[in-house]
Amino acid sequence: MRTMDPPNITPIDDPVIRSIDPASDAMVVDHLTKTFVRKTLITRKTLQTIHAVEDVSFRIRRNEIFGVLGANGSGKSTLIRMMSTLITPDAGSISIFGYDVHKDEAIVKRLINRVSVEASFFKKLSAMENLLYSSRLYGRSGKSLRRDIVEILSALGISPDRIDAPLEQLSRGMQQKVAIARAFLTSPVMLLLDEPTTGLDPRSKKDVQHFVNRLRDEHDATILLCTHDMDEAEKLCDRIAVIDNGRMIELDTAQNLRTRVGLEIGNPAATLEDVFIHLTGRSIEELEIPAEEIVA
Amino acid sequence: MGTAFDPSPRPNPIGGVGLSRQMQASWAFVERNFFLVRRYWGWEIAFIIYNITTSLSIVYIGKAQQIEGQDLILYLGIGTLVWSYLHAVFTNISEMISWERWEGTIEYTMMAPISRLTHMLGVSLFSILYGLVRSVILFFVLAMFFDINLSNANLVGALTLMLVGSLSFVGVGIMAAVLPLLFTERGEAMTFIISSVLLLVSGVYYPIDVLPGWMQMIGQFSPATYVLEGMRATILEGESTSNLWQFLIPMMIIGLLTIPMGMFVFNTVEKFAKRTGRLKRSG
Ligand SMILES: Nc1ncnc2c1ncn2[C@@H]1O[C@H](COP(=O)(O)OP(=O)(O)O)[C@@H](O)[C@H]1O
Ligand SMILES: [Mg+2]
Repeated sequence: MRTMDPPNITPIDDPVIRSIDPASDAMVVDHLTKTFVRKTLITRKTLQTIHAVEDVSFRIRRNEIFGVLGANGSGKSTLIRMMSTLITPDAGSISIFGYDVHKDEAIVKRLINRVSVEASFFKKLSAMENLLYSSRLYGRSGKSLRRDIVEILSALGISPDRIDAPLEQLSRGMQQKVAIARAFLTSPVMLLLDEPTTGLDPRSKKDVQHFVNRLRDEHDATILLCTHDMDEAEKLCDRIAVIDNGRMIELDTAQNLRTRVGLEIGNPAATLEDVFIHLTGRSIEELEIPAEEIVA
Repeated sequence: MGTAFDPSPRPNPIGGVGLSRQMQASWAFVERNFFLVRRYWGWEIAFIIYNITTSLSIVYIGKAQQIEGQDLILYLGIGTLVWSYLHAVFTNISEMISWERWEGTIEYTMMAPISRLTHMLGVSLFSILYGLVRSVILFFVLAMFFDINLSNANLVGALTLMLVGSLSFVGVGIMAAVLPLLFTERGEAMTFIISSVLLLVSGVYYPIDVLPGWMQMIGQFSPATYVLEGMRATILEGESTSNLWQFLIPMMIIGLLTIPMGMFVFNTVEKFAKRTGRLKRSG
């Protein structure tokens, strides 16, 4: 096995996962809306109203890598948080393999996992300790668990002597790989990736992208990938939803987007970047602002 | 991934695997917190030393003021021991949210497929174990420094009181845990106030009848009051276990009310936090 290929970890025998209808869409998002209102503490006067996600609808096919491309603050993370049961929508619905995120929350939790921009670990605990904890919450235990953890971490290019080091001592790239291991260990049928490669060095970025591809190809996962990286979207995603200010403004394959917008702007060699600029009216520089500076 | 899909009609997916998985998941919290204690061992030692030195200095007040026929040393020793136990249980539980927020893991814990009861059970179990270990250490240190006469004491009764008393503290702790979700910055400060007030009104170092009437009123609702009264009766006067109902019953009532109430409050606040996007945000 080459490194960076997902290893064959012990599957969790779970009636939830067995119950999935393989013919159904992986995810149906229907008129999803979320508004954040900030109020003053005592007088409850409205300070700010943010339309984070507005009337977004789409369907993700089983085994697809579905991209959500948008600038910082366009609502990508809010979208993923709603899919992860962490934020309740104001209106609209999400169903994952036929289960409603709100009504069947307990089941949906079992089907999904998420990798976010921030690594989100107990900083002083090692990769092993962090992964033991997170995997146990998903019903994994026993000897095979430790073995699988070592195996997946080495497949991701983390050497065995780093496995017991406090996570804060690992590079950002390595931390992000541990985050991917965390998701992978729980065998999600729907994987939600929120800018998984933002801030990574080029090498780690390539590693992670390769791993994502193999996950889909060999492990039957469906993947939603939020990104503001044009190359990444083009390279990985079967279809791309372009969102801006919480609204979805386009949904198609990268190729179709380029052809269509290319015709409109009279440039047959239009890149995805040109498409994005044309559709959102934003400059490409706006995309480069590190996510941490906008929303932690 | 890697699992064969079985296109049979939808079963009730959570039902079957429920209990053993939930028990395992509870254990995940105990193990995780044990790992944390081990990694932050420098702080643990500092807390234990602080705990020991403050307790010793309080018991020395007793030694200095000792009056014939009255065991002030034991009286204060029980106070400081019981309080350090209950305080450890309370803070461990009430900090569970703010701690994970600080680490940045809160969203991953909240989106895991476990029931909130499992989550609370795990955190509480660890808190009780942690409190017990801390108290045992403190007990031996106190026994080393002072000539403690336990010939009268009913130790089984004392342990029963401690354990039942911790149940009522679990409920209060769960309720306090949600404060950081409601008040992103001040929540932790409020938790701190709650434990300080409990210390004042529960008669940790004095009988509560020396307090102003209104404080005594509040003291009646503090589970610590009954644990302390009961502990003193069993250790100082050797009250038999069968006579402990007068202390156990109020403690059980408080526990039976506060634990479900705590769960209810927690679930309500969790829903509120998900609606307003406060689970993670610190502003
Ligand atoms: N929990 C929250 N409370 C208040 N406002 C939020 C919250 N989460 C996101 N927002 C706001 O919603 C908008 C979309 O944010 P986000 O979904 O994080 O975008 P992205 O992930 O595309 O950068 C931003 O204006 C952000 O400030
Ligand atoms: Mg984001």
